[in-house]
Amino acid sequence: MFEVTTTHYLVVSFLLFTIGIFGIAARKNMITVLMSIELVLNSVNINLIAFSYQLSDLTGQIFAIFTITVAAGEAAVGLGILIALFRLRETTMLDGAVELKG
Amino acid sequence: MTFLTAHGSDLLFYLFAALTIAGGIGVVTMRNPMYGAISLLLSFLSVAALFLLRSAEFLGMVQIFVYGGGIMVLFLFVIMLVNLHRLPEIKLFGGQSPLAAVVAVLLLAFFGYFLIKFQFGPALVRPEAFVLADGQSLGNSQAVAWNLYTQNLLPFEIASVFLLIAMVGAVVLGRKQ
Repeated sequence: MFEVTTTHYLVVSFLLFTIGIFGIAARKNMITVLMSIELVLNSVNINLIAFSYQLSDLTGQIFAIFTITVAAGEAAVGLGILIALFRLRETTMLDGAVELKG
Repeated sequence: MTFLTAHGSDLLFYLFAALTIAGGIGVVTMRNPMYGAISLLLSFLSVAALFLLRSAEFLGMVQIFVYGGGIMVLFLFVIMLVNLHRLPEIKLFGGQSPLAAVVAVLLLAFFGYFLIKFQFGPALVRPEAFVLADGQSLGNSQAVAWNLYTQNLLPFEIASVFLLIAMVGAVVLGRKQ
């Protein structure tokens, strides 16, 4: 029971994923939402590494590198959108993004 | 002392797992995004330690460099760039929070069901898989590089084009009109 197994890593990964999903859905500040997305991507990476170790297969680590690449691109574009929203509305709250609402 | 040497990596796992979850909770609950970003940094570094404990040494360093260095600096710059006035008066969570909590509980129930349903056999039956490069036992970085440049060359090139597109997109979005 004390011995750390793949299940322990999955518990950490699932908890982090749930925290991230809650942050994306509940918070109003767009900066926090973007940080929650990073949490979700990190939990996916933990999952990949845990299964890579479980199966003794390097492919999980390779896939995690591509996930990190996508996370970096996502952060850059998301923060660019945040800057554009701030220029337009003088706020980072997502309630302010109502441009399409007639 | 013998307990420490026998279970040192397990204890490290519990420490860094707790720090990871604590950092995640900090990101979601902190009112000031700057404190949230520092919590996120704590979470990133703890995840890097978890990678190291699962024989992903190269990925642990990439995690620290890319997340702890690059993405974190990006977040801190943007937080300081946008002027976050009137922070105390703004409500932390939106009106959709109860629904979000329900979704989170459902997700946790699904994951719990998954964990109870599936049992895993012994891990790491072939530890040499993480250090083999071209048939030689060199190290994790060499093994990852060998795999990346031989079997996954096309996805690697596509990733570089993707990063270029993301960079151009971010510049265009952030440009003054």
